[in-house]
Amino acid sequence: MTEIRWHSRAGQGAVSGAKGLGDVVATTGKEVQAFALYGSAKRGAALRAYNRIADEQIFNHAKFMYPDFVLVIDPALAMTDDITMNDKESTKYIITSHLSKEELIDAIPALKGKEDRVYVVDCVQISLDTIKRSMPNSPMLGAFVKISGMFELDYFLENMKRVLKKFPQKIIDANMEAITRAYNEVK
Amino acid sequence: MAEKYDLNEREVWDGNFAASQAMRQAKVDVMAAYPITPSTPIVENYGAYVANGYVDGEFVMVESEHAAMSACVGASAAGGRVATATSSQGFALMVEVLYQASGMRLPIVLNVVNRALASPLNVRGDHGDMYLGRDSGWIQFGAFNAQESYDLALCAFKVAENHSVRLPTMVHQDGFITSHTAQNVYPLTDKAVDDFLGDIKPVDDMLDFSRPVTYGAQTEEDWHFEHKAKQHKALMDSRTVIDEVFEEFAKVSGRKYNRVESYDMEDAEVAIVGLGTTVETARVAAKELRKEGIKAGVVAIRCFRPFPFDLVRDALENVKAVAVTDRSSPGGAMGAFFNEVSAALYSTPKRPLVTNFIYGLGGRDFSIEEAKRIFKEQKAHADAGHITTDIQQFSGLRGPKLGYFQTKRG
Repeated sequence: MTEIRWHSRAGQGAVSGAKGLGDVVATTGKEVQAFALYGSAKRGAALRAYNRIADEQIFNHAKFMYPDFVLVIDPALAMTDDITMNDKESTKYIITSHLSKEELIDAIPALKGKEDRVYVVDCVQISLDTIKRSMPNSPMLGAFVKISGMFELDYFLENMKRVLKKFPQKIIDANMEAITRAYNEVK
Repeated sequence: MAEKYDLNEREVWDGNFAASQAMRQAKVDVMAAYPITPSTPIVENYGAYVANGYVDGEFVMVESEHAAMSACVGASAAGGRVATATSSQGFALMVEVLYQASGMRLPIVLNVVNRALASPLNVRGDHGDMYLGRDSGWIQFGAFNAQESYDLALCAFKVAENHSVRLPTMVHQDGFITSHTAQNVYPLTDKAVDDFLGDIKPVDDMLDFSRPVTYGAQTEEDWHFEHKAKQHKALMDSRTVIDEVFEEFAKVSGRKYNRVESYDMEDAEVAIVGLGTTVETARVAAKELRKEGIKAGVVAIRCFRPFPFDLVRDALENVKAVAVTDRSSPGGAMGAFFNEVSAALYSTPKRPLVTNFIYGLGGRDFSIEEAKRIFKEQKAHADAGHITTDIQQFSGLRGPKLGYFQTKRG
């Protein structure tokens, strides 16, 4: 079982990101779960989304998890939210930020000692450049594909095209570019 | 002729989307609806299917849930296949008409996405609304995941419209935990659903002008009691039809449902009895505890009404200690579900030790760890030979421990 926790603000697309990821993972024959913790959340409110991935049907419906991956798609939440909550010795962090990895870890004491498991990518800037607005969910998926090694990039892109098929071609292309750039830029 | 909707053999759907696809494939003739969180996407999606030509049906916009169910009553009496969805306060507002629908023996299907009742206002899942429908004379099925919210919705039409049943049927799923959680779902093809359900064959439909009929007539003490007894008998007799429909559904889907589901119960010493998603989380806990040598099992109620008194008894009579979980505020009593399970177990020779846990109100998380703790407490009762805690406890509550009543046995 692989468990993923997304830290995001309502409107940044963590829920769509988690569902899109689930959709692609399911095509590989795995069982998936994608859900979010929000209620009557307003745009901008902090929220968490979750994925579970397993070889067999997933029976656990609890929100509680010890995540294998923590994906932070809002730069400020990396500082203010408890992103290391319930983590493991092996939990990997992918954080969107314009800061370098060293600067980021200096700013977040909870990440000290986890340097080799922290990855940084500027999903906000990438989405501004490609999708032309701040939509950090797509780039985060690209970074996740790279760090998790769960898929080949081309396989992921092909399947994301299917997930996004209701959108105009221009938007699909921009998302593909965003995913590819984050895949290449995450470190 | 409706447009073809492309389906994959494996989809990733949440419970709401799955239920809305069942409504499309069942070719619901009329859906009258007033949207409410968290069930909104069911009716919203059906409305979109109508607008985009994927189903030849009518979507009736109304001003309240009371009106929604009233319009469903009218459409069903006219002879159509009718369904809607609601939650919480919307369900509460429908209650008056729920009794009308069952009394008139109208085979309406209601998707209930379970949500807490205010106040305090809360949009998340608990079973307060489901319990509110307990005595309404409807059949009530419980889904534990998105796949089941789809499967049971299809079964619901076939049970409700069966001429020896003719009773409205609810399909419950847990708000957010099922309704907004995307999981792998394996849908049937449109053709397979067609073959399974067929067209509705109305009885005494009001649009048959050659044979006028009356619905909702008045009866005072001369006949009311006989009507109600007949309605109760119809509910009780529906058990065999439900079993047949589940059997038939297994043939087309490969997925077999039972009015009572038992997991790891063959040699179980302790058990958790539950409704909804809790059941699956408890199953994971039971499996883990078995590795530690505790013989734990789970009994789940698939068919909440008609209540499977005899099957519950069969499933639990050989265990030593049972925790019955109620996800509804008990309002000054033991949990209603606890009372029903206890009553069933009272007429068994060994009478297991039964305790009650109130949990998960307003969407409070129910974790594997908590399920394991409850199992271990049951094991302690079993070893001691009597209940060692309060009979009613609150699970997952912050602040001081809350519990009531102690055993007089042992």
